[in-house]
Amino acid sequence: METLNLFIRSIFIDNMVFAFFFGMCSYIAVSKNVKTALGLGAAVIFVMLMTVPLNYLLNEYVLAPNAIKEGLDLSFLTFIIFIAVIASFVQLVEMVVEKFSPSLYNQLGIFLPLIAVNCAILGGSLFMQQKVEDGSIGGFVDSVVYGLGSGLGWAIAIVMMAAIRERLQYSHIPAALKGPGIAFIITGLMGIAFMIFSGIQL
Amino acid sequence: MSNLKNLTGPLSANNPVIVQILGICSALAVTIKLEPAFVMGLSVMVVTAFANLVMSLLRNGIPSRIRIIVQLVVIAALVILVDQVLKAFVYDVSKQLSVYVGLIITNCIIMGRVEAYALGNKPWASFLDGIGNGLGYMAILVIVAFFRELFGSGCLFGIQVIPDSFYAAGYSNMGIMLFPPMALILVGVIIWVHRSFKKDLQEK
Repeated sequence: METLNLFIRSIFIDNMVFAFFFGMCSYIAVSKNVKTALGLGAAVIFVMLMTVPLNYLLNEYVLAPNAIKEGLDLSFLTFIIFIAVIASFVQLVEMVVEKFSPSLYNQLGIFLPLIAVNCAILGGSLFMQQKVEDGSIGGFVDSVVYGLGSGLGWAIAIVMMAAIRERLQYSHIPAALKGPGIAFIITGLMGIAFMIFSGIQL
Repeated sequence: MSNLKNLTGPLSANNPVIVQILGICSALAVTIKLEPAFVMGLSVMVVTAFANLVMSLLRNGIPSRIRIIVQLVVIAALVILVDQVLKAFVYDVSKQLSVYVGLIITNCIIMGRVEAYALGNKPWASFLDGIGNGLGYMAILVIVAFFRELFGSGCLFGIQVIPDSFYAAGYSNMGIMLFPPMALILVGVIIWVHRSFKKDLQEK
């Protein structure tokens, strides 16, 4: 039940985009049509599903105080280790996908390098570390669920945004508000709509 | 002359946040109050300036295939320094900023400036470019935080500015200003106002 709760929370209540503004750069830049948004969303789900548990293990068995050796606290290395894991994982995925599935590579290829610097990925890992400290992520399974949920939440947000922006082409927007201006305001309104989920407890 | 341009250009005409749409990721959540917004802006400015300086010094020695990894290492090292300094001197603010300090690493402004400017220019000009972009970023954060703190909690830098007589007359703080979506809407409005004055930035 706790785990299910974490899953629902990470998708809707603690949504990466609406509650924490993570990954806004690619969110605004790539949400111009639904198809590419779906591609990037899928890539983000996959990378988060892999890197959050990976970083969980590293955090538990290498970085945490007294993990390697009594009296050794490596937690100040968190940032550099996490970003190294993410960057190298993205590189690895890119090479594997290119080798074994060229058609998928052509669809996702351009997005993969973008993901290494997507704040949602690093943010997910850093929040995971924080949640381990306050006890809401209790084990390896929880970290997998959290990674999947956060990725899903981000993907849902970018796909919805892309659908709205496709429609927006037909509306009359003041010239100065066109492009990023209206995109920000819509995201804000969607965020207010998402606030209805905030009392859900399972 | 061109050095001065590096410093002032990013403030308005080439602002990293509202014109280039970079670095929004780690920024908006820290704008509930002025103080963390200010500290965050300052940290980003320091990291951008020094990342630019270091990468510009190294620019002729790095093969371009591995430059992304080198950039990430340089930036991550700088961010760790900033994080430790914040923890040592302004612990409360550092607690409020929580994971957002770490997220400076993936702040697109820094990567963007290193890629677009520092790799092709001299160290001093790159350093100034970093300072300028940091200032442009800080300006937007401070504007957003000003409105959110003023209307959301009636304070500026934690000091109450809306007199008690207003509250007695029935004025109350707008709670919604403290919620994340309002930061997005405020940025949207800032872009709107800015582009109304700078017509050449408007999209067709």
